[in-house]
Amino acid sequence: MKTHLRRTITFAICVLALCANVVSAAKVEKFFDRAGNLIVQEKVEKYKRRADEGETYPVPPPPFSEDIFPCSECHAEMEPNPERRELVDMHDDIILDHAEGQRWCLDCHNLNDRDTLRLVSGEVIPFTESYRLCGQCHGDKFRDWKVGIHGKRTGYWNGEKQYLLCAHCHNPHSPRFKPLKPMPPPVRPENLNRQGALEETGHQ
Amino acid sequence: MCNKTKCDKSAFQKSRRKVLKGIAAGVGALALPASNASASVWEAFFQKHFRELDKTELQQVLARLESEYSKEFGKTVNVKATPPIEGVKYGYGLDLSRCIGCRRCVYACVEENNQSRDPQIHWIKVLQLDKEKGVYLDHAEHYYNPAEVPEQGKFYMPIQCQQCENPPCTKVCPVQATWPENDGIVVVDYNWCIGCRYCMAACPYGARHFNWAKSKLPKDEMNPETHYLGNRPRPTGVVEKCTFCVQRTREQPGRYPACEEVCPVGARKFGNLNDPKSEIRYLIENKRVFIFKEDLNTQPKFYYFYAT
Ligand code: HEC
Ligand code: HEC
Ligand code: HEC
Ligand code: HEC
Repeated sequence: MKTHLRRTITFAICVLALCANVVSAAKVEKFFDRAGNLIVQEKVEKYKRRADEGETYPVPPPPFSEDIFPCSECHAEMEPNPERRELVDMHDDIILDHAEGQRWCLDCHNLNDRDTLRLVSGEVIPFTESYRLCGQCHGDKFRDWKVGIHGKRTGYWNGEKQYLLCAHCHNPHSPRFKPLKPMPPPVRPENLNRQGALEETGHQ
Repeated sequence: MCNKTKCDKSAFQKSRRKVLKGIAAGVGALALPASNASASVWEAFFQKHFRELDKTELQQVLARLESEYSKEFGKTVNVKATPPIEGVKYGYGLDLSRCIGCRRCVYACVEENNQSRDPQIHWIKVLQLDKEKGVYLDHAEHYYNPAEVPEQGKFYMPIQCQQCENPPCTKVCPVQATWPENDGIVVVDYNWCIGCRYCMAACPYGARHFNWAKSKLPKDEMNPETHYLGNRPRPTGVVEKCTFCVQRTREQPGRYPACEEVCPVGARKFGNLNDPKSEIRYLIENKRVFIFKEDLNTQPKFYYFYAT
């Protein structure tokens, strides 16, 4: 009887925990141990549906293109159009490549005030808090971001810091980090110019 | 080499010091400045070891260097000697799961620290490695040059001075021209270094570099905000290395090292190991961390980690 009760309670707690805020996805994780050996193991990722609310962080200005913000300059006079469609008159350069198929502009942008963003909860936030928008689905990255591990903080190591927004590194519409051209490789030692070494030092 | 438990290190060092001072004096005599040398060359020649200078002597040395460099580079050059900040021990983190090998850090370092452009000196070296093989350096490539990075199946490992707690390089210096400071930064007194390069041979990370020839440092590219133990212009024939940008990081408030500031992917982390709230402490406590060549017991304060 007692065991039965305990089991029921445990089961109920598990169900509650699952329903409350956690979805799990199995994923293979690869990493190197301290000795440099490759380890492959199954990993369970937990995405929190909701980011912690109310916390804000100092950030530099959002990386808008020129002359696009405030959006209300155009949108204030426009009839909002919630319909999912191909945009032709404007923003036709925006190609959604972010878990596409399930996504539309107004999942993130606020239909009624284009100068703001909108969370799933309905809360309206400014563009300077867009990390909270991203944090809704990328809880693990958001957590690391807050402690300065994912992304980066600028400023002083022992003083005031600013956080780069996710959008400074990821285009929200097509967030994969874009590859870069590397700077030139070093000169090979055999081609190093060591001319004049002896004359200059004066040593024999 | 001398085993820690078997021999009294300090006694050994003291006696060695005396002997070597004598030798150094002898060697020095062979290399006296030419008779037509200017007064400042003579002053530099007879300058004491950095750590034996008193306050006024230090001010004189800094003033002499400032006027020399200002003349040479045609602009006002400052030479500071800011001491370590009380209670601070610097640590550096590098996220191998983020680094894409773009080498922005290499060149930011060159510019900040007045490295010679020709012959080329780079304090940071970036290795390209195979993901499948891991951190085995026998397959490391550091002249990779594709159109774009990262390349498929590769990861990247930047290497620079690891600022060891137990540095093999400083122990072999016959004249004590290099030493670890209280904040953990291993520094070189370029005016005291005799260029024997024992330290380069002792460093397991290839992090020390020799000035083979008079460095070509374009006047307009010279960074005039310098530190005596850091990025001031180096004379020919001395050894130099990364100092965690001592000229920036010892300021109040302290700037980040140039390499960490420039990193476009945020793979580089820097802070005070004694501060439990610093990002360096967070990553050591919460991420998979590895120390490069840990088996050598050099005890680096440079931590490679995997954020994911
Ligand atoms: C995943 C959430 C998300 C979706 C979906 C999304 N956006 Fe955005 N969008 C953002 C965020 C966040 C910014 C702010 C970027 C910044 O800080 O500069 C932004 C910026 C913009 C900008 C300014 C761009 C610039 O050049 O500065 C425009 C215009 C825009 N979005 C339009 C759209 C349109 C149109 C769609 C649908 C086709 C869309 N967005 C879909 C999140 C989203
Ligand atoms: C120069 C004028 C202009 C500016 C500035 C502008 N938009 Fe638009 N926007 C338009 C037009 C026109 C459309 C309708 C395009 C269509 O239907 O083909 C549109 C459509 C949209 C849509 C699709 C939903 C709808 O209501 O039609 C979103 C979302 C959107 N804009 C977001 C933004 C955001 C966010 C900004 C500011 C960062 C912004 N826009 C700035 C002109 C503008
Ligand atoms: C509604 C949920 C949702 C929101 C909000 C959201 N994302 Fe995503 N994001 C996803 C999903 C789902 C994927 C696809 C995951 C995958 O493919 O592994 C993804 C993928 C990504 C990727 C990886 C892309 C790649 O191809 O490697 C990045 C980077 C990213 N998102 C950044 C952001 C940023 C920045 C924001 C905020 C502007 C944001 N996301 C907001 C759901 C979301
Ligand atoms: C300093 C730049 C920078 C900032 C700021 C930044 N990221 Fe990233 N992010 C990266 C890089 C670089 C990668 C790795 C991309 C790659 O390996 O292709 C990445 C990867 C990701 C991924 C893909 C998953 C993975 O592990 O590769 C997601 C999701 C993501 N970031 C979300 C975010 C979110 C959410 C924020 C803000 C809270 C953010 N990022 C802020 C640079 C940044």
